Amino acid sequence: MSQTLFEKVWSSHEILRTEDGDSLLYVDRHLVHEGSRTAIDKLDDNQLGVARRHQTFGTADHYVPTQGGLDSLAVDQRKMVETFDANMSRFGIEAWGLGTRRQGIVHVIGPELGLTLPGMVLVCGDSHTSTHGALGALAFGIGASEVAHVLATQAIWQRTPKAMRVSVNGRLAPGVFAKDVILAIIAKIGTGGATGHVIEYAGPVIEAMSIEERLTVCNMSIEAGARAGLVAPDETTFAYVRDRPFAPTGEMLEQAIAYWRSLRTDTDARFDAEITIDQELHAPMITWGTTPETAIPVDGTIPDPESAGSPERRDEWQRALDYMGLAAGERLQDVQIDQVFIGSCTNGRIEDLRAAAEVAKKGRARVPVLVSPGSMSVRAQAEAEGLDRIFTEAGFEWRGAGCSMCVGMNGDLVGFQKRSVSTSNRNFVGRQGVGARTHLASPASAAASALCGHIADVRSLF
Amino acid sequence: MRQFVTVTAKAAPMPAANIDTDQIIPARFLRRPRKEGYGDCLFYDARFDEAGRERPGHVLNQERYADAQILVTGRNFGSGSSREAAVYALADYGFRAVVAPSFGDIFFNNALINGFLPVRLPEEEVSEIVGVISSDAGDNTIRIDLEKLILEAGGKTYRFHIDGLKRRCLLEGLDDIALTRTHTDEIEAFERRHFERMPWLGDRRRTAESQDRG
Ligand code: SF4
Repeated sequence: MSQTLFEKVWSSHEILRTEDGDSLLYVDRHLVHEGSRTAIDKLDDNQLGVARRHQTFGTADHYVPTQGGLDSLAVDQRKMVETFDANMSRFGIEAWGLGTRRQGIVHVIGPELGLTLPGMVLVCGDSHTSTHGALGALAFGIGASEVAHVLATQAIWQRTPKAMRVSVNGRLAPGVFAKDVILAIIAKIGTGGATGHVIEYAGPVIEAMSIEERLTVCNMSIEAGARAGLVAPDETTFAYVRDRPFAPTGEMLEQAIAYWRSLRTDTDARFDAEITIDQELHAPMITWGTTPETAIPVDGTIPDPESAGSPERRDEWQRALDYMGLAAGERLQDVQIDQVFIGSCTNGRIEDLRAAAEVAKKGRARVPVLVSPGSMSVRAQAEAEGLDRIFTEAGFEWRGAGCSMCVGMNGDLVGFQKRSVSTSNRNFVGRQGVGARTHLASPASAAASALCGHIADVRSLF
Repeated sequence: MRQFVTVTAKAAPMPAANIDTDQIIPARFLRRPRKEGYGDCLFYDARFDEAGRERPGHVLNQERYADAQILVTGRNFGSGSSREAAVYALADYGFRAVVAPSFGDIFFNNALINGFLPVRLPEEEVSEIVGVISSDAGDNTIRIDLEKLILEAGGKTYRFHIDGLKRRCLLEGLDDIALTRTHTDEIEAFERRHFERMPWLGDRRRTAESQDRG
C-alpha cells in the first residue's frame, strides 16, 4: 500500500496498537532541557529510573544567561540550571550544561551534533521539537508528564494524526527567506490550520532549501497548530548528516542512507489535506498582531478590523491592535521600534547569522540589538568567519547561546510596551516580557530594522 | 491520576480565541516548584495589573464566576508552548474542565494526563453555551458526564467525543506509566527487532566516543 513519509516513520515505530486506536510508539531519541525538572521529580516520586539513558541527551537552554555567567541570574533561575546539571549527572545522561563547548538550544544542537537522524521518532518536552522534522524525522513536542513517561519507558502513547502536505511552488524573490515562507504559510492556513495534522513540506522551493532553511520552516509548524512538520530526506540531508559527531559512519552510514531513501512519500499516497502555495513570494513577511498568522508583506499596511470577516475576528484584531499600540491603515514600515532580537531555535543558526551580518555591514544600529547564536558551536563558527566583528562594529551586542529573548526566562526581556523586531517564533501577548510588543521577521529583516530604527524592508538596503 | 467521571459546577465564559499557554501562565512563573501550586498565576497578566491589583473587568474577578470549575472559551485554546504548567495552573485554581471548539494538541494531551477534561464542541454550540452562562438570567451551572460523553447546559444536551486510552485512564484514574510498564516485554522485543533493522539508531556512544567531545 502506498504510504506517506510520515506513515512510513510512524508504522516502523509502532510497538502495538489498541483496538481503540491508541498506538504505543518507540522513541529513538529523547532530548531534555531544564524544563525536565518536573518530569524528573515525578520519576523520583514514583521511584522510577531512566529506561534508556544512552538514547537521551540534554542541554541547558531556557534559563542560561547569555552574558555574565550563572551569577547574573536570580536565585530561582540559577537553581533551574543547577538542578538540570545535577539531574543529568545523577541519571548518567550525556548533557551539555552552561559553559560547555556544545551547549545550545535543544533544537539547534540536535541536528548539529547528528543526534537527529532521518526516519527517527524524536521527542522533547518543548513544542518546537517539530524543528527536527527537517531531516525527515518524526519529531514532536510533549508535556512534562509525557517526558516522565518516555524517560521511564522509552515509549509514548499517541493517536494517529492526520497527514497534510504543504507544497511550495513558485520561487523566492531576493530578500525573501525561509522564515518568510513559513510566515506566509501560517498567514494562509491560520494558527489552527493544521491542528491534529503532521505537515509534510514539499515542492521545488522546499527541495531547493538547505537543511538550515528547512529547520526554520519545520520549526514553526507548531504555530500552524501542527503536531509535527517534516521534509523528505534527500541528497541535501545525507550530505548534512555526514560527519556529524553522533551520526553513523562508514558502512553503517551507507546502510542508513539506503534505508532513508526509501522513506519518501510514494507517488500515489494520499494526504488528508493538501495546501499549495503557488505565487512567487515577492516580499519579506512581518507580523503586526499577537499571533503568527498576522504576517503580512513588509510593504503592506495594517489591516482594518472591520475587514476581519466576523464580529469575533474583528474584536480579536482590535484587541491585538490595542495591545500592539498600532492603528488600522498605518504603513508597517513607518512603525518605530525600540529593540531587536536575533536568535532562537527558528533563526539562530549560522546561515541566519550570515544573512544578518550581510545587512549589518551596511550601517549602524539605531536601537539596541541582541544577537544570541543558537549554540556555542554556532557561536564559534560565526567567530571563525568574523561575523562577531561585523556585528559589534554595527553596534549589535554579541552574546552567548540560549533561548534568551525568545521567551525571556533568563531575564533577557523586552520592556513594558516596548516594540521589538524578533527572529523568534511567537509574538504572543507577554511572550517576550510583560506588555512586550513583538514583530516576527527573518534575520535579514530584523537587522535591516535595527539599522533603520523602524520596521524596514531589507530590499531597500541593497 | 485524579479520576473524572461526572462534574457539575459553575462555568465561566472567556470567549476569546487563541488563548495560548503563555497567557494561561507567563513563563516567569515556571521556575516555581510544582508543589507550591500555580493557581495564583493563572491568566496572571490579564487578571492583575502592573501593581498586582485585580482588574475588575476580568471574568474570574467577578463574584458570579468566582467559584467556577468549568471554563468555556474560544478556538485554539492552549496553543503554543508545551508547558504543562498551563494545566497545573487551571487545575490548581480549581478548574476541572475546559470547553472549546479546538485546542492546541499538546495542551489537550497534557490536560488528559492530569485528570483535567478538555471538551471539544462545534463553534456554534460553544457560542450558545457562552450565551447561556453569560446572561444574567441564565444559570451558569454545567454538567459534564465523561461516561456518557454528554454536556448539559441551559436545559440542552450536547454530545462530545473522546476516545480510547486517555478516556479510560480518566474514568478509572489510571496512571499511564504503570499501564505502559505492563507492556515492557513487548517494548523490549520491539527494540531488538528495531535495532537489528536499523543498527544506527541504537546506542551511539561507540561512534561518539572516538570523536572530539566538548
Ligand atoms: S528558542 Fe524559544 S521557541 Fe525555541 S526552544 Fe527556546 S524558548 Fe522555545
